[in-house]
Amino acid sequence: MKFINYLEKVSGVDIIGLISLTIFFLFFVVMLTWVFKTKKKDFIEVSNIPLDNQH
Amino acid sequence: MQETNQSMQVEKFYYDNKIVKAFGYATVIFGIVGMIVGLWAAIQMYYPAISLNLAPTTFGRLRPLHTNAIIFAFVGNASFAGIYYSLQRLCKARMWSDKLSWIHFWGWQLIIVAAAITLPLGLNNGAEYAELIWPIDIAIALVWIIFGINMFGTIIKRREKHLYVAIWFYIATWVTVALLHIVRSIELPYSATGSYSWYAGVQDALVQWWYGHNAVAFFLTTPVLWLMYYFLPKAANRPVYSNRLSIIHFWSLIFIYIWAGPHHLLYTALPDWAQSLGVVFSIMLIMPSWGGMLNGLFTLRGAWDKVREDPVLKFMVVAITCYGMATFEGPLLSLKSVNAISHFSDWTIGHVHIGGLGWNGFMAFAILYYMIPKMWGTSLYSKKLATNHFWLGTIGIIIYAVPLYWAGFEQSLMWKQFTPEGQLRFDFMQTVTNIKYMYVARSVGGTLYLIGAFIMVYNLYKTIAKGTFIPNEAAEAAPIVKAVSQKKEYWHRVIERKPLTMLVLSLILVAIGGLVQMIPTFLVKSNVPTIASVKPYTPLELQGRDIYVREGCYTCHSQMIRPFRDEVARYGEYSKAGEFVYDHPFQWGSKRTGPD
Repeated sequence: MKFINYLEKVSGVDIIGLISLTIFFLFFVVMLTWVFKTKKKDFIEVSNIPLDNQH
Repeated sequence: MQETNQSMQVEKFYYDNKIVKAFGYATVIFGIVGMIVGLWAAIQMYYPAISLNLAPTTFGRLRPLHTNAIIFAFVGNASFAGIYYSLQRLCKARMWSDKLSWIHFWGWQLIIVAAAITLPLGLNNGAEYAELIWPIDIAIALVWIIFGINMFGTIIKRREKHLYVAIWFYIATWVTVALLHIVRSIELPYSATGSYSWYAGVQDALVQWWYGHNAVAFFLTTPVLWLMYYFLPKAANRPVYSNRLSIIHFWSLIFIYIWAGPHHLLYTALPDWAQSLGVVFSIMLIMPSWGGMLNGLFTLRGAWDKVREDPVLKFMVVAITCYGMATFEGPLLSLKSVNAISHFSDWTIGHVHIGGLGWNGFMAFAILYYMIPKMWGTSLYSKKLATNHFWLGTIGIIIYAVPLYWAGFEQSLMWKQFTPEGQLRFDFMQTVTNIKYMYVARSVGGTLYLIGAFIMVYNLYKTIAKGTFIPNEAAEAAPIVKAVSQKKEYWHRVIERKPLTMLVLSLILVAIGGLVQMIPTFLVKSNVPTIASVKPYTPLELQGRDIYVREGCYTCHSQMIRPFRDEVARYGEYSKAGEFVYDHPFQWGSKRTGPD
């Protein structure tokens, strides 16, 4: 059954599609901003945590 | 940074190795049991007499026992061993409460024993990978909460400011498994051992595969990724290839995975839009998955010579490669045109065993080979035996999977063939006997893998015999100082230090996908077009359904006729959503070993 059937049967359900797309888009924008604004030095520090001790 | 003199003092503490040892032993024991049950079920495919003609050991009851034992007992215990070992060391702190660690351990083992008793007795909910009866479901929730309290307690009292990426995976796994388990287990008990799913038909199917797919994601993938992110850098003695990639891997994986469940229901009576959504997200999923795989393999750049020497790295390389293969195949199988051939066939079984034997099994073996010599203060008894185990296992995986791919393809194409007169060319039975030898080959592959596991048991036993166990390993570290940063920090650096914020963000993220799919399907009463002739089941029919569920018939049969020419010719009019409105639970199955 096509999604259009639901649009006809629930009032305002079409907003779900729009909200989902917005969330999806924003998620990647926020994540990529995060990742590319971080300095390499910070990454190196964090990725060395497991190697800090010799246990 | 300003630090006070007092806070510079180094604190002495001890890592708890006893709990790791307990989970490690449980991994080995239940791993072997789970594999034996799997082999037993596999042989029944071509030699049914091996079921001993006893109800508890027939395929329909052994198969749920096998899947539950491997998922929750073998991989579960291996992940717990890995987390108790790595969390303490990544947080530079002993577990928050030894008592909770042991309640978690014994609680989890009791659940496994309860499952091993109830499933052969036919006490079964009829939902794949969630077959356990409702009292055990409640026990799982309680033990999981105890595990969570102990984990967060440890993270909060840590001496390392930043949370390493493996810890993110712990947090996301904990919260998502809790969510999946609770939503899937909402059921109506009618006796001390029996219950019916709260959901019916199409809605039950959507909840089931949202659960089933994400049990693979958050019980068989993210925990094994934390093992990769901690133990691979340790074994290779170099940091992970790219922490930037780790962040992208982590957040996109947990965000995208949760949407992909409906790809288990392509061409079924599930609404079309939900199927399409599942396909799109499944295809996108290849990017985070391969990002993680490449992050693992590139960690070994310049260290490939070590792989030749070190059995731990050998196992890890094949494990990560199998992860890459399985996560490439997953999106492929989600394409509707491929799924039309692969679904209900042995291809699916081949696919999950690349993941199960290769990714999960080999990673579990790798960490056992790594941790046990370390905790007993010795070296591995025999590298040669471990290498033999490695080769037996690798060859076993190939001999297991390739015949099943072949069988899946061949049988599925045979189902679809018509004579020039428009009749079905093959009886269902002909398509089964035709692939009998593939089933024989598969069990040979499984046997080789199992022999390898026995070699490991011997090797670990000899290693333990020559070492002395260190129950409490001494360590020291300075406590976290309240840093007054002189420059403004980016907001993500702050999140990286806050486990509870991480928990909430992970929960929101994984909730989105599920909500988008479920709200429209649940909200509308008329979402399932009812069919006038479909009436509630009579008491006698209900009793028949109970027997169908009890005997695990859904493991080999499907109640779902897809809209294909051959299926309509063989079984009649294709299935519609309205036919299932009284099915608690739905019983569409995922493998068609017998006709419907």
